[in-house]
Amino acid sequence: MEALIAVLIRGLGVGSTYALLAVGFVIIYRATDVVNFAQPALMILGAYYTSLYVFNVGMPFPVAVIAAMITMAVISALTERIALRPMVGEPPFAAAMVTFGVFVVLFILAFRLIGTNVIVVGDPWGLERIDLFGIRVNQIDLAKIVISMIAIAVVGVFLKRSRVGLAMRATALDQEVALAQGVNVGRMFGLSWAISGALAALSGMLIGTAAGGVTPLVAFVALKALPVIILGGLDSIQGSVYAGLIIGVAESLTRAYSSTYFPWVGSNFDIVVPYAIMILVLMIRPYGLFGTPEVQRV
Amino acid sequence: MSAPTTQQVEPRTPRRTLRGRPELYTDYAKDQALLNTPAKRFWTGLLLLAALVLPWMPFATRAWIGNLTVVLIYAIGGIGLNLVTGFAGQVSLGHAFFVGVGAFSAAFLGGSPGRAAGGLELEMWVWLPLSGLIAMVIGLAVAPLAARVRGLYLAILTLGLVFLGEHIFREWEFITGGFIGRSAPDPIVGGFNLYQRQEIFGVDVTREAIYYTFCLVILVVMALLARNLARSGSGRAFAAVRDRDIAAEVMGVPLLRTKVVAFGVSSFYAGVCGALLTIPFGQITPENFGGLAGLLLSVEFLAVILIGGVATISGSIIGAAFVVLLPRVVEIASQYIPFVGGQGSGAFLTVFQVNGILFGALIVAFLVLEPRGLFGLWLRVRNYWKAWPFSY
Repeated sequence: MEALIAVLIRGLGVGSTYALLAVGFVIIYRATDVVNFAQPALMILGAYYTSLYVFNVGMPFPVAVIAAMITMAVISALTERIALRPMVGEPPFAAAMVTFGVFVVLFILAFRLIGTNVIVVGDPWGLERIDLFGIRVNQIDLAKIVISMIAIAVVGVFLKRSRVGLAMRATALDQEVALAQGVNVGRMFGLSWAISGALAALSGMLIGTAAGGVTPLVAFVALKALPVIILGGLDSIQGSVYAGLIIGVAESLTRAYSSTYFPWVGSNFDIVVPYAIMILVLMIRPYGLFGTPEVQRV
Repeated sequence: MSAPTTQQVEPRTPRRTLRGRPELYTDYAKDQALLNTPAKRFWTGLLLLAALVLPWMPFATRAWIGNLTVVLIYAIGGIGLNLVTGFAGQVSLGHAFFVGVGAFSAAFLGGSPGRAAGGLELEMWVWLPLSGLIAMVIGLAVAPLAARVRGLYLAILTLGLVFLGEHIFREWEFITGGFIGRSAPDPIVGGFNLYQRQEIFGVDVTREAIYYTFCLVILVVMALLARNLARSGSGRAFAAVRDRDIAAEVMGVPLLRTKVVAFGVSSFYAGVCGALLTIPFGQITPENFGGLAGLLLSVEFLAVILIGGVATISGSIIGAAFVVLLPRVVEIASQYIPFVGGQGSGAFLTVFQVNGILFGALIVAFLVLEPRGLFGLWLRVRNYWKAWPFSY
């Protein structure tokens, strides 16, 4: 029982980083109808800047994290202005390919900066464990859950309550109508990218806190966010939180128990479990758990 | 009492009427013919002839014939993706998965049993069509699911196939040889090895030339079949579904069946492509077709149809040539460009990265500037000269 709870908490920890990444995807998708394939590269750069600010600049860890988030917000807003703004009005597939190109460029940049080293982000948690109601859990997992949920809640409240958040939701609903109401749609695009970049930096930091540290190849962990956003529904922030947690837990459970109970699925099945779940759920709900069904007319 | 004959014999159009009017059609069948203009007949024949004699030219090195063979095989896969994505409008990122299924089926059916893997040691005339059929069966099984979702959901769902595929390719050792993969089957037809130096009528022929010619024949057959499918009732149903699926359904096009057929046929082409690819690859591993490499392979096939021309068969072939040969050209050019070098040479960009950037840039450029691809550029040139000296 205790082992099961430990596995569940580890799953929730991993899942909340997926949720964080997925929320970034969803915010950009809602604002601009583009799936941002550059997100993984933004995540890696975020981890890099956290490490840079902690070790080379000497900031305390929380300040370094915030500084890295601001840096990535600026970088991704600039990316939007330079690479994506000219694509407004072009086919969405072309815009998605542009983000793929941005991914390649940023990824090469990350390779230049990080090289073949493994960087650590200098987190205060390390591998320490803590007693939670008599169960030993990794501090890092709790940190992942708490920090991600706070960040997502802040974004959610910002979108729901603030004036700018209202403008962003208006843009997501209908760009032309928002424009007619005096919303600066271009600025909303930039802001969406900035928020998404900051969240990517945060998730990069959280993924980098694990014992392994960060190499450029960790970027591909972020591909897990794709089944997460599909499972939750492309345009639902709430959906991506639930889906992220579901997939994190499912992955962690498979890793712990599949060799005992389902040996025929083979080793490392946990890597593909997100895709299997996504396909199964799409059979029943073609727009994900919380996605808006597309209403269309002929 | 006999029923009136519905088929009337068309009187032959007198040559006098046709002279100087190459596009005068006096019946529907002629208008819909595969090669319906004299120019098409002439150029298709000439290109085919050129493709046939190419490996016998003195300047054709074995490496380049090998590259061209890969072009032909990619063209088959590209036509397959074009049927489902170009004609039927269902964006698929899972093409690499079906190519992989074809490749491993071929390796199992045609290969010899190894340490962990089995093998049936069949001849190529059995394993080539069977690999296509196996891929088709899996395609048909996946299709009803894929038919439920659209757009980006479909793209990412099919991307999931690539990752699931990698897992299956790795774990099912009996078929795939597991992590290290397995060697390619021998392409033997009736005791004649198609990938071995042979003496034919006293002439010494390289294995590359034999295999090239074989792939050319397969491509021509499959291209003709695809072209024929595209102008049939099914092909028109594909186009209707692509243009507006709800409208198509309202007008009586069975949506599910059309999408399933598109996926099935496309998977068959992918399977054959994968089976043929095993020979130039030599050793096939799960890393060739699954996971990240699989995603890149799928993107390459998308590049084939987007750069070549969406919903055209000849465009798929042009696109395949472009996509396969561009990296080779970049490799050669990299010797003359200072900041580009090979893997590990310490240059600013590796050849691999330059390829990635070029592909991305080209796909975006074509999508924005000429969505009809290279085929569209050709149409522009043709229409310019058709209307010449007028500008429209």
